[in-house]
Amino acid sequence: MDQVENFPNFSSSMNNSSRNSTFGHSGSKPVSYGSKGADSGALSMSQKEISDEDARLVYVDDPERTNERFEFSGNSIRTSKYSIITFLPRNLFEQFHRVAYIYFLIIAILNQLPQLAVFGRGVSILPLAFVLFVTAVKDAFEDWRRHKSDKVENNRIASVMVDGQFQGKKWKDVKVGEIVKIAANETIPCDIVLLSTSDPTGVAYVQTTNLDGESNLKTRYAKQETQAKVPEKERFIGLIKCEKPNRNIYGFQGNMEVDGKRLSLGSSNIVLRGCELKNTNWAVGVAVYCGHETKAMLNNSGAPSKRSQLETHMNLEIIMLSVFLVALCSVTSVCAAIWLKSHKNELDLMPYYRKLDFSEGEMESYQYYGWGLEILFTFLKSVIVFQVMIPISLYISMELVRVGQAYFMIRDSRMYDAATNSRFQCRALNINEDLGQIKYVFSDKTGTLTENKMEFQCASIWGVDYSSTEASLEHGHQAECSAQVDGKVLKPKMKVKVNQKLLQLSKNSFRNVEGKQIYDFFLALAACNTIVPLVVDTSDPTVKLIDYQGESPDEQALAYAAAAYGFMLIERTSGHIVIDIHGKRQRFNVLGLHEFDSDRKRMSVILGYTDNSVKLFVKGADTSMLSVIDKSLNAEILRATETHLHSYSSLGLRTLVIGMWDLSVSEFDQWHFAFEAASTALLGRAALLRKVASNVENNLCILGATAIEDKLQKGVPESIESLRTAGIKVWVLTGDKQETAISIGYSSKLLTNSMTQIIINSNNRESCRRHLQNALVKSRQPLAASAVPNNFEGFSDAIGTPIALIIDGTSLVYILDSELEEELFELASRCSVVLCCRVAPLQKAGIVALVKKRTADMTLAIGDGANDVSMIQMADVGVGISGQEGRQAVMASDFAMGQFRFLVPLLFIHGHWNYQRLGYMIIYNFYRNAIIVLVLFWYVLFTAYTVTTAINEWSSMLYSIIYTAFPTIVVGILDKDLSKRILLKYPQLYGAGQRREAYNKKLFWVTMADTFWQSIVVFFVPLFAYWGSTVDISSIGDLWTLSVVILVNLHLAMDIIRWNWVIHAVIWGSIVATVICVMIIDAIPTFSGYWAIFNTAATGLFWLCLLGILIAALLPRFAVKYIYQYYYPSDIQISREAEKFANQRVIGGNRQIEMYPIPDGPPR
Amino acid sequence: MSSSGAAGAGSTDSTAARRNTKRPKYSKFTQQELPACKPILTPRAVISAFLLVSVVFVPVGVASLLASRKVVEIVYRYDSKCIPKNVTNKVAYIQSSADKACSITLNVTKHMKSPVYIYYQLDNFYQNHRRYVKSRSDEQLRKHGEENETSTCKPEDMVNGRAIVPCGLIAWSLFNDTYSFSVNKRNLTVNKKGISWKSDRNHKFGKDVFPKNFQNSSIIGGAHLNESIPLREQEDLIVWMRTAALPTFRKLYGKIEEDLKEGELVNVTLNNNYNTYSFNGKKKLVLSTTTWLGGKNDFLGIAYLTVGGLCFFLALAFTIVYFVKPRQLGDPSYLSWNRNPGGH
Repeated sequence: MDQVENFPNFSSSMNNSSRNSTFGHSGSKPVSYGSKGADSGALSMSQKEISDEDARLVYVDDPERTNERFEFSGNSIRTSKYSIITFLPRNLFEQFHRVAYIYFLIIAILNQLPQLAVFGRGVSILPLAFVLFVTAVKDAFEDWRRHKSDKVENNRIASVMVDGQFQGKKWKDVKVGEIVKIAANETIPCDIVLLSTSDPTGVAYVQTTNLDGESNLKTRYAKQETQAKVPEKERFIGLIKCEKPNRNIYGFQGNMEVDGKRLSLGSSNIVLRGCELKNTNWAVGVAVYCGHETKAMLNNSGAPSKRSQLETHMNLEIIMLSVFLVALCSVTSVCAAIWLKSHKNELDLMPYYRKLDFSEGEMESYQYYGWGLEILFTFLKSVIVFQVMIPISLYISMELVRVGQAYFMIRDSRMYDAATNSRFQCRALNINEDLGQIKYVFSDKTGTLTENKMEFQCASIWGVDYSSTEASLEHGHQAECSAQVDGKVLKPKMKVKVNQKLLQLSKNSFRNVEGKQIYDFFLALAACNTIVPLVVDTSDPTVKLIDYQGESPDEQALAYAAAAYGFMLIERTSGHIVIDIHGKRQRFNVLGLHEFDSDRKRMSVILGYTDNSVKLFVKGADTSMLSVIDKSLNAEILRATETHLHSYSSLGLRTLVIGMWDLSVSEFDQWHFAFEAASTALLGRAALLRKVASNVENNLCILGATAIEDKLQKGVPESIESLRTAGIKVWVLTGDKQETAISIGYSSKLLTNSMTQIIINSNNRESCRRHLQNALVKSRQPLAASAVPNNFEGFSDAIGTPIALIIDGTSLVYILDSELEEELFELASRCSVVLCCRVAPLQKAGIVALVKKRTADMTLAIGDGANDVSMIQMADVGVGISGQEGRQAVMASDFAMGQFRFLVPLLFIHGHWNYQRLGYMIIYNFYRNAIIVLVLFWYVLFTAYTVTTAINEWSSMLYSIIYTAFPTIVVGILDKDLSKRILLKYPQLYGAGQRREAYNKKLFWVTMADTFWQSIVVFFVPLFAYWGSTVDISSIGDLWTLSVVILVNLHLAMDIIRWNWVIHAVIWGSIVATVICVMIIDAIPTFSGYWAIFNTAATGLFWLCLLGILIAALLPRFAVKYIYQYYYPSDIQISREAEKFANQRVIGGNRQIEMYPIPDGPPR
Repeated sequence: MSSSGAAGAGSTDSTAARRNTKRPKYSKFTQQELPACKPILTPRAVISAFLLVSVVFVPVGVASLLASRKVVEIVYRYDSKCIPKNVTNKVAYIQSSADKACSITLNVTKHMKSPVYIYYQLDNFYQNHRRYVKSRSDEQLRKHGEENETSTCKPEDMVNGRAIVPCGLIAWSLFNDTYSFSVNKRNLTVNKKGISWKSDRNHKFGKDVFPKNFQNSSIIGGAHLNESIPLREQEDLIVWMRTAALPTFRKLYGKIEEDLKEGELVNVTLNNNYNTYSFNGKKKLVLSTTTWLGGKNDFLGIAYLTVGGLCFFLALAFTIVYFVKPRQLGDPSYLSWNRNPGGH
């Protein structure tokens, strides 16, 4: 049944228990993915007594008593973290949760000890203060915005029962136990259990847009026992016992004691904070969860944080750098120890050491703490001096770069969806670069590959196929299917393509037997659903539109189709429906309604006609319907219908079968008795109702079948082809049935005719095992005969014929969480396409986990519905489609966008760039920090190992803050290795990220070797050039400062691929800024290096040294880079050349704007 | 696509939609399409770059070598020579108050053009030692009013409770050997004015700061200072306070402003006062001329020649390889998926 996809277990709350209990925190608990929906435990779950410790007791209309014993949260909310007073301590506390800042802090504290004071006090806290300040400003700004929105929210007015009448009260003052009255279109202030509504049957319609984004109406019920009471007149006495607050928005358990009776409460009796009351004049309820304990707030925690793979690898290299750091410090302290030892006898009066202090008149030791301590202090001092070896600033730079990258992703007009008016959203800011390394894409089908806009396509009625393909959408005939009500014209909101022949037949429906069947068929479509018709005003006062609101897009499509054929549903209450049949209003009593559930996979309605005849209409998935249809009746028609069903589903259409039965009086009475008993039962009501439904839905007479098209989104086949070309394995996980899934697979180019299909479709573990083993054998022997040399397939699979694996949910039940998982993975990794049909939401996550556990490759899950949430959270990167099915998926996702096809620019352009940029940035930052540390270290070897720094202390602190910080950040945001056009033209270029070409161990070591060479050149050229000369510390220090800064900037400049004005400005600007800073520092007379730069820069030697350093240091890198690029070119390099020279050859090199010929390109 | 109804409401809807659209505004910046220059390492560019480097570096290297060779330098190590033969404990001798005058003769091997710079060179003296470098007070040197700013000067900050001016180890260990020169019994005037940086004289050392309590403690580290001359004019101190970067360093002592002719013998009378014996430091007297590149040092010339030569060699090698094994830049047939279809 296709609807499984669309409303996973909405209707029966108790089936949710196993899935929902893990919703939202699937990361923290071990989850069994194999379970299908926990049907077995359903009955017991609903009846499980909530023990008193686990329960929340709410005395209705008695907030004092309710809150007496238990401290329930009030209704005021605070999403802001800080107040003015707590900001400083709390913000600092939170910031110091990061290891990086603690490192900074420890270094700064060490430096404050007089024995270790390497730098001046002010200088040493400069980097920490800078970072703390920047972060604090950012946090303060964010919090200020939260404060503002909290204030608005808390001061809204709700109508609350006080002393027997309803009074206005601010939201923040609402308490648990109070009775709240909500008027139409008002927002619900807290989670309330409905007591009564304006509808006599106790129905209330709510819109949950704010909660999960679903814009259709949901029905909620007040209990019949409470519906009759009027709280204004008599005080309501009752006790609600319900579960403790939790974040499951689809489940609620509790019971209510009223007038000595015990009523059970379920999720259909509770209305959640943030929803809006619609179509109902008023509703009264009692607050059970308030403020932070409401389900909406509990779900507000945002997406769980993920850590990017690049960063994980980077941390390994940082450990390596720490080892270097410890090594450098050890060398220094060991050498210092040896020096002290060998000069032991001279230390007392050495002019540059002086162990003895005579200034106080008597002789005492001057800052000498004994041999051992001296060594320890030297070690600690060298840690302070060499602290930048660990590139702490890198973490901050990376954050800034990611923000910048996110800015460009959001602003990309290529990823703007005009249909939903939504931009790309970056919800997680720390995994941008993972987008460039994706190897597996797990995609939902409905709403992700398809639009989830259901369109009625074909009908098979009484064995005759009516396809609406040749139909026209003329404006003229639209007037025919409108109805006159009170002098106003009602029209359905959506137009549907109609089959003219069928339309004619339906108009003449009473004339013959055939017409009778058509009449019943459309009546079934219009009546057998849970659609609520909403009348919407238009600009024309005489015309009104009917908007069909329902939980399932399929039902909506069917209702619109019925309306188009003249069976317009106009009104629905719980007791009756009004249908306008070709201009004639007819009223039917709804005697009973069996809601859809995922076991029966059908729903039915029992209509009482005006002539007292009673009919049962059933619609449902073909498998479940064909089993309850009386095969002896109309066998031919049944066979014809089955043929039609088959052809529909192979077209990729979603099919439903419609049946009916005339109930005789005795049958009806029997059913009625059972139904009444079941619906008033206290225990196991849902199970009993299901049983009643199954009993009556039997021996049906077939009416026909419908086929609904769920169109593929624009650009899906092309996108899937691109993804596959890029070596990404695309797995489609869908709740659809196998035939539909396969046909969608073909139309989306996921499956091609050249593929060998392996279908696993079994009902028990043993046959699963057998199937898997056979398939493995099959996959191992390449079928060379039919091998079509296909470039794309060759990339992802070494086997001649690509294999497609199609597996269904039932088989997965036996495979996941068992020893067969291993075999499935082996099989799946040999297949270029995997298609899983009829999978439950948790199984989707299970499949993702299956792959994630066994490979280091990155996984991406993309989906749009609540059923994709677990998968999205499980995958390394979760992408939500902000489409028809609400915002659940978006809320759980890391990135959200409007269309599936945006995945291509997202991965190929932004993912590729982000990965290349950040990979380079990390390597560069390691280099940048290591080179200055090495230069400092070499100098230490010439200062009797006393960690003197020739480079001015201010300069060495400003080095990573001002001198070299901005270029790497700007380059990390702006540089592009290839143009968008080329990246889209050759999806294979994406492989660079999958193969980790921009950041790996080899690159790290090569860069470190280069760093070593460069530091030697920087240090030793001045050393030898100035050896035995009059040069002073500050002058040579300035030379080292300038040469290091210019060198690292030139090094970066050498690797920049695209020089635009921003990059020019920042590279040359930072060199100029350094020179200015050095001059300013040297213009302060109280610094010992006063005027040094001006004196040395006046000599030729200074400039010769500088030039020599720069050229000699960069020489090996330049030569190696050239050899590598020219003789061992990477794909990226070749494409870059092609881009440059092809442009020059073809259009004279003046074309700079890269456009990709997609129809909705950027407008000017 | 299914068309939505609401034909009547369409016009107002669409204008509203246009106003509320979130479509990102197009700009070259936000779409990352700023015009940019994309340099590529083509063989021609790389070979030219190497040639350019060698064309610049070889002549510069030759010029530096020539300049360095032109410098005439006389270096004389006197620390051991100026100890009488019979002295066994050098440290005790140098600490004693005996007359430590000593006479040496320097042979001018090559004509030395005026000005001839006089340097003293110390080896194995760590003026860059952390404790030494820090032991000074720049505030005190600059301003008369801040003579008590001696907290950084330990262990030479106070004597008998009074601040030392100039304080600190650096000043305390001021070099105190003196030299006087004569050629053929004619005394050569040594100009000791202007041997320090002008910036130091004018801004770093105060004109109203006079030495106080200097070398008054129980051990004497080096030279005494005339307490009636302001620090600004104590140029030996100013030179000494510019701490040397490396453990082997020279300090300017003075200038002889006349030529020294080849073959002349310069008699130097020196007072060997400074104690480098306690840590095996060497003392050398240096007479040297200077060029645009400074003193005698072949390193830079050799380095430039090496780099220039290497670049020339690389340019040559790349040229040859380029002609032997060229590659068409940007040829798509080199792309990995075009080279070997059907596998990696």
